[in-house]
Amino acid sequence: MFMQRGTLTNKVYKETDPMKEKGDIRTHTISVIVDNEAGVLARVIGLFSGRGYNIESLTVAQVESDEHRSRITVVTTGTLMVIEQIKAQLDRLVAVDRVADLTIEGPYVARDLALVKVSGIGEMRVEAMRVADVFRARAVDSSLSSFIFELTGAADKIDAFIEQMKGLGLVEVARTGAVALSRGSDGL
Amino acid sequence: MTDIGGKNKVAPKMNGAQMILQALTELGVEVIFGYPGGAVLPIYDEIYRQDKIRHILVRHEQAAVHAAEGYARSTGKPGVVLVTSGPGATNAVTGLTDAMLDSIPVICLTGQVPRHLIGNDAFQEADTVGITRPCTKHNYLVKETALLPQVVYEAFYVATTGRPGPVVIDIPKDVQVEQAVYKVPQKAEHRTYRPRTIANEIEIEQIVELLMSAKRPIIYSGGGVINAGPEASKALTELAHMTNIPVTSTLMGLGAFADSDKQWLGMLGMHGTWEANHAMHDCDVMLAVGARFDDRITSRVDKFSPNSTKIQIDIDLSSINKNVQVDLGVVGDAGIVLKQIIAAWKANKASLNAAAMDQWWQQIDIWRARDCLAYSQNSDVVMPQHSIKRLFEMTRGLDPIIATEVGQHQMWAAQYFGFDDPNRWLTSGGLGTMGYGLPAAIGAQIAFPDKLVIDIAGEASIQMNIQELGTAIQHRLPVKVFILNNEYMGMVRQWQELTFEGRYSSSYSDALPDFVKLVEAYGGTGIRISHIDELDAGIQRMIDTPGLVVVDCQVAKLENCFPMVPAGAAHNEMMLAGDIRKTADDEISQAVV
Repeated sequence: MFMQRGTLTNKVYKETDPMKEKGDIRTHTISVIVDNEAGVLARVIGLFSGRGYNIESLTVAQVESDEHRSRITVVTTGTLMVIEQIKAQLDRLVAVDRVADLTIEGPYVARDLALVKVSGIGEMRVEAMRVADVFRARAVDSSLSSFIFELTGAADKIDAFIEQMKGLGLVEVARTGAVALSRGSDGL
Repeated sequence: MTDIGGKNKVAPKMNGAQMILQALTELGVEVIFGYPGGAVLPIYDEIYRQDKIRHILVRHEQAAVHAAEGYARSTGKPGVVLVTSGPGATNAVTGLTDAMLDSIPVICLTGQVPRHLIGNDAFQEADTVGITRPCTKHNYLVKETALLPQVVYEAFYVATTGRPGPVVIDIPKDVQVEQAVYKVPQKAEHRTYRPRTIANEIEIEQIVELLMSAKRPIIYSGGGVINAGPEASKALTELAHMTNIPVTSTLMGLGAFADSDKQWLGMLGMHGTWEANHAMHDCDVMLAVGARFDDRITSRVDKFSPNSTKIQIDIDLSSINKNVQVDLGVVGDAGIVLKQIIAAWKANKASLNAAAMDQWWQQIDIWRARDCLAYSQNSDVVMPQHSIKRLFEMTRGLDPIIATEVGQHQMWAAQYFGFDDPNRWLTSGGLGTMGYGLPAAIGAQIAFPDKLVIDIAGEASIQMNIQELGTAIQHRLPVKVFILNNEYMGMVRQWQELTFEGRYSSSYSDALPDFVKLVEAYGGTGIRISHIDELDAGIQRMIDTPGLVVVDCQVAKLENCFPMVPAGAAHNEMMLAGDIRKTADDEISQAVV
């Protein structure tokens, strides 16, 4: 089974090892270029669950179809020692080509995408549209009593949008984890 | 053959099973350890029809992997395993995990149900690549017959390059039968996997500088030096000799540096020597080579060698800074980097402070004078330590290969049996797999039919794979099994004594078989040693008797393995035999495994 274009968010159990708790817990965004072969996502996720690392979010899709490469963006938390270990363990997987820690390597852009379904009529519906406008969300589906908004941005912006929609007939949300690239002209 | 009009003469078609055998032959494989079953019958049929590769039929798939490990560790070549789908593959999992933790190159071919039945809960179906993903370095499910040669070549590359490890190739039965064109792979390598083996000049300079600044240096070597080949062991010895730095090693690293060398401190860690552990604790510069600061080595991490500058050389980046923060981590092959250090040391005409080194060696001699491995042998019951010591002394000129099971006997073997060369010591270090020793000895004996191969065992461990006595008989392997029989799972009993107030819960080896009669039933020779007067004669008879021999050496029942770094202690808080044993009272100590 080859990986389908898509995204996945998963929260793995919390790190509890007291030895590894020492030091500040930090959040890092890591880019991983992998060979797009059977089971590669299972290898990466299995590594995180098997070794007790956290996944705040994880997105994956094929990015170079000719080369059969996929790019995984994983947001993870841990002490610096744990973060270093996560990168080394990822790098050790045979199917992993390159690992880059965007948080350490300089400024980068990170974006989530969310689809937000809101149901309502009358003033509620108008207000939902107005808020969407403020957030630069687009309506990608519309019925007489509902909208689906598409919104991209940093995770906290999406959080704020969803929070406001709660009072305006929020039905359900689908969202990706972060996808991220370093700023400037250089690539991975 | 579907060779219409002979157009394909250059690249004839063969079936998947033939392609596998062809690729294995091209890669120089001489022996496969395996067990047949429905999903690998086409491969077994091809084995039957060829004479280049020898098949060793074992009695359990776990033993097939351990035998391949024993073969790999004693020869430096990868071991090859062939098992069937479902239970064949799941039985192999313990062996694969063992090879993973001890970094042993093993290629395990598993049969799988035909492609159209995968995911169907078919007979003897298991998700082999799913199950083995965390316990292999890499694994493959081959769904296209034409890819078989490339996958087999790549699997060998992955298993043997960088940090070695087990690789599984799962092959559906219909792929083994299907015809395809055999294309010889151009290169035996992986598309993207390229481990770094050479250190850069700056790193080497820093290592040399740090070593030169040392007043109390130590070399802490591990299994990585063995895996890097005999050249690495030579380089380690050369570096140690030119610098006069003392050397200690992990369980897995025994033999890389000669036991008879005056710079040898013995093994370190939980059951390491007084001098090795104290030197580790007090050193000011530590050079770790191919060793991963495992918890059996460090004990309490916060008290581990607190005042030293630590240099770590490892082929695996993830081994560096995993358990202990080091000051200089260098990714590279142990042998290559050691040679780089030697070259730089010579080029710089480097030297250590002679006065400081004299003082350091004087301190080490004080620790040595504690004679931490001393034991008292009475005139009646054989002490386990003494039996190993005599076994060592009486086989000294014979350059034996020693395998062990797991437990007290394993630690005593590590302490009292000296190894002057690498690849003579086969033991399950990382996973601690009881039942490892007999099949590993079989694997080594296959590689070295004329050598003396001894499995030092315990009466409990040996029963975990005792069915392999049949394998030894069938293939006429003169393996010697030396059982230290104390009628207890000794290490379990020792821990129960030290941390659970002597409540020996399920650690007594009840209902033991008569090992002499047992091996005789298989067609081998049994020898019993039950008194100190019989020890030497028994060992001599074992050496002199051709074929399979099992020695039931009945030893003191309640002897404990010392020295010992107790749970939650530092290296300089070791226990020696005769120390008053306090029961561990805090929960943390009991939680340490």
